Amino acid sequence: MATVPKVEVGTDYKEKYGFFVPEEYIFKAKRGLNPEIVKEISFMKKEPEWMLKMRLRSLEIFRKKPMPTWGADLSVIDFENIFYYLKASDKQSTTWEDLPPDIKKTYDRLGVPEAERKFLAGVSAQYESEVVYHSLHEELSKKGVIFTDTDSALRDHPELFKEYFGTVIPPADNKFAALNTAVWSGGSFIYVPKGVRVDIPLQAYFRINAENMGQFERTLIICDEGSFVHYIEGCTAPIYTTDSLHSAVVEIIVKKDARCRYTTIQNWSTNVFNLVTKRALAYKDATMEWVDGNLGSQITMKYPSVYLMEPGAKGDVLSVAFAGKGQHQDAGGKMIHVAPNTTSTITSKSISKGGGRTSYRGHIKMYPGANNSKSFVKCDALLLDDESRSDTYPYNDVDAENVTLGHEATVSKVSDEQLFYLMSRGITRSEAETMIVNGFIEPFTKELPLEYAVELNRLIQLEMEGSVG
Amino acid sequence: MSDFEIKDLRASVEGKEILKGVTLAIDKGEVHAVMGPNGSGKSTLSHTLMGHPGYTVDGGEVIFKGQNVLALEPDERARLGMFLAFQYPVVVPGISMTNFLRTALNAKRGYDGKDKSKQISPKEFRSMLKGELEVLHMDDSFLPRYINDGFSGGEKKRAEILQMAMLKPEIAILDETDSGLDIDSIKFVAEAVNRMRGPELGVLIITHYTRVLEFIKPDFVHVLVDGRFVLSGGPEIATRLEKTGYSEWAEADEPAVLKAEEAS
Repeated sequence: MATVPKVEVGTDYKEKYGFFVPEEYIFKAKRGLNPEIVKEISFMKKEPEWMLKMRLRSLEIFRKKPMPTWGADLSVIDFENIFYYLKASDKQSTTWEDLPPDIKKTYDRLGVPEAERKFLAGVSAQYESEVVYHSLHEELSKKGVIFTDTDSALRDHPELFKEYFGTVIPPADNKFAALNTAVWSGGSFIYVPKGVRVDIPLQAYFRINAENMGQFERTLIICDEGSFVHYIEGCTAPIYTTDSLHSAVVEIIVKKDARCRYTTIQNWSTNVFNLVTKRALAYKDATMEWVDGNLGSQITMKYPSVYLMEPGAKGDVLSVAFAGKGQHQDAGGKMIHVAPNTTSTITSKSISKGGGRTSYRGHIKMYPGANNSKSFVKCDALLLDDESRSDTYPYNDVDAENVTLGHEATVSKVSDEQLFYLMSRGITRSEAETMIVNGFIEPFTKELPLEYAVELNRLIQLEMEGSVG
Repeated sequence: MSDFEIKDLRASVEGKEILKGVTLAIDKGEVHAVMGPNGSGKSTLSHTLMGHPGYTVDGGEVIFKGQNVLALEPDERARLGMFLAFQYPVVVPGISMTNFLRTALNAKRGYDGKDKSKQISPKEFRSMLKGELEVLHMDDSFLPRYINDGFSGGEKKRAEILQMAMLKPEIAILDETDSGLDIDSIKFVAEAVNRMRGPELGVLIITHYTRVLEFIKPDFVHVLVDGRFVLSGGPEIATRLEKTGYSEWAEADEPAVLKAEEAS
């Protein structure tokens, strides 16, 4: 386990992440969702005709699809009260100094430039709807690695873009994928050429600043044969009394022998609805790993999935969810075994506190012909008090032969014996609880780069102190 | 006035009265042994002294440094200078022993995450740990492992003793530290405790068997039967118990054959 320095807990979410700066925008679309807004977004971005058509078609799909009722209660979202497009800066910068001062100040406070200097190979910073800062180590661009915002990719790499965009998650996949396709803006586009290994992580930081903002970034990652990339995303927002919406779509293609790791440390303020679709296709002997940390937000619904398309493909989901007062984290994973000899694991760890609710929702599907495949699901829930709640909804469909499917679920409480033991050594109750929780998610934390492990433990400490939101 | 005074302590578990008035005074520099048969209230005594939430105090007081510690949380008792070596050390997954020791040490020093001057430096911590391991003739192989996770019986007890050595309590309660240990481990633990013995430490050894007392010579021995001390005196009591067991206080309905076995 990473050594975690003690931090000053008195400084709460509001101070660390929940601050906001004045809204000074180049362009702010009117509230609400209609074809005019969609056209306006496409016009602002000077998009090709096919993209505008796709957006408008997706808006229709969004309108027609009923609100999903099988998960968290989404009836509270008022789609007409949301700002769907907000542009804060007229250009994308390649140095932090070039950013408008308030935006630069925001990222400084969040520590992003410092992280970039220390341990990242490339950084993308999205503020409201657009990516405002971007960088990539020169040697990587020389090797042909593309790491840019998705709007620029549509402009600069139209063929690559069109070949893959919307192929992993088509607009009609679900209501929120349709919404995203209609109003998407920003996000990351990554292409790693054959045989290229990006050994240092690339990071994107998504920041919502305005009230009632809707952020709809769209990320597309293509790992060509034998390549490797580790992409990390972080997200925060100010604390407002009214709601914001974050609805991203992430599509990943992992070709033969390639490996992609996608790490999320999401820490939205508790007024954000977070409804995200993440899916990857893994081809022959390829590996896709989702490492997904869900803190904050009012409601999160997110089930990263891997379609195991060819023999030898491997998919992993490792997720952590923390639900405090008034929060519902409905998270899990999906593994779709299409080819024989494919393997998958889902490890889900959830923590509920102060009446918070976590749900594990998972789907393992083994199509006919996906013979000799293996899948193992393990969900562990930790309840910190009697008011909190945890549920497990595993769905398994197996139509293949000679497969192995394992499922293990545990629900536990922070035990009096553990607390007494730690306290008998002089450790306070709240610190002892934090230790037990950090120990519980250690299988997750140890997969993170050290700096993120430290950050996550610190966030848990903040949550445990009850100072969030 | 002694350094640590238990006065007429009465305690119950789930409504059942277990301790029926225990009085004991310990001065630093002394080693007291509390001996008793199964069910006499030995573990209730150790847990109540440290403040386990499952034990209810029905009366009496425990005075240490001018305070009635029964009103304090377990962590406050520990920071005041009390230590309990557990009979069954608890597993806490995901936290390394090193991290645990450092956190406990920082807590003892009054570091609450704010005043960094109270925090032990990594260098100071390492050298202290190395020093204690040397004194205890222990290797450091279990330090990266999770708290008590997968430890053998002997390793668990050694880890308890290491925590005690690091935290330097003024009153240490050793709860059945000898149970389940082979003779080599008992000797090891006893030697470690003997090394820590001195004018700054008062020790309360709670044990069923006299065996550990061959290696840690107590200054005083108290016999606990049915929640009360029935006999207190010097080390000669341990010798007497070795011969007769607890048979003289046994309840009439206890099978005689068991008594004979216990005495042998």
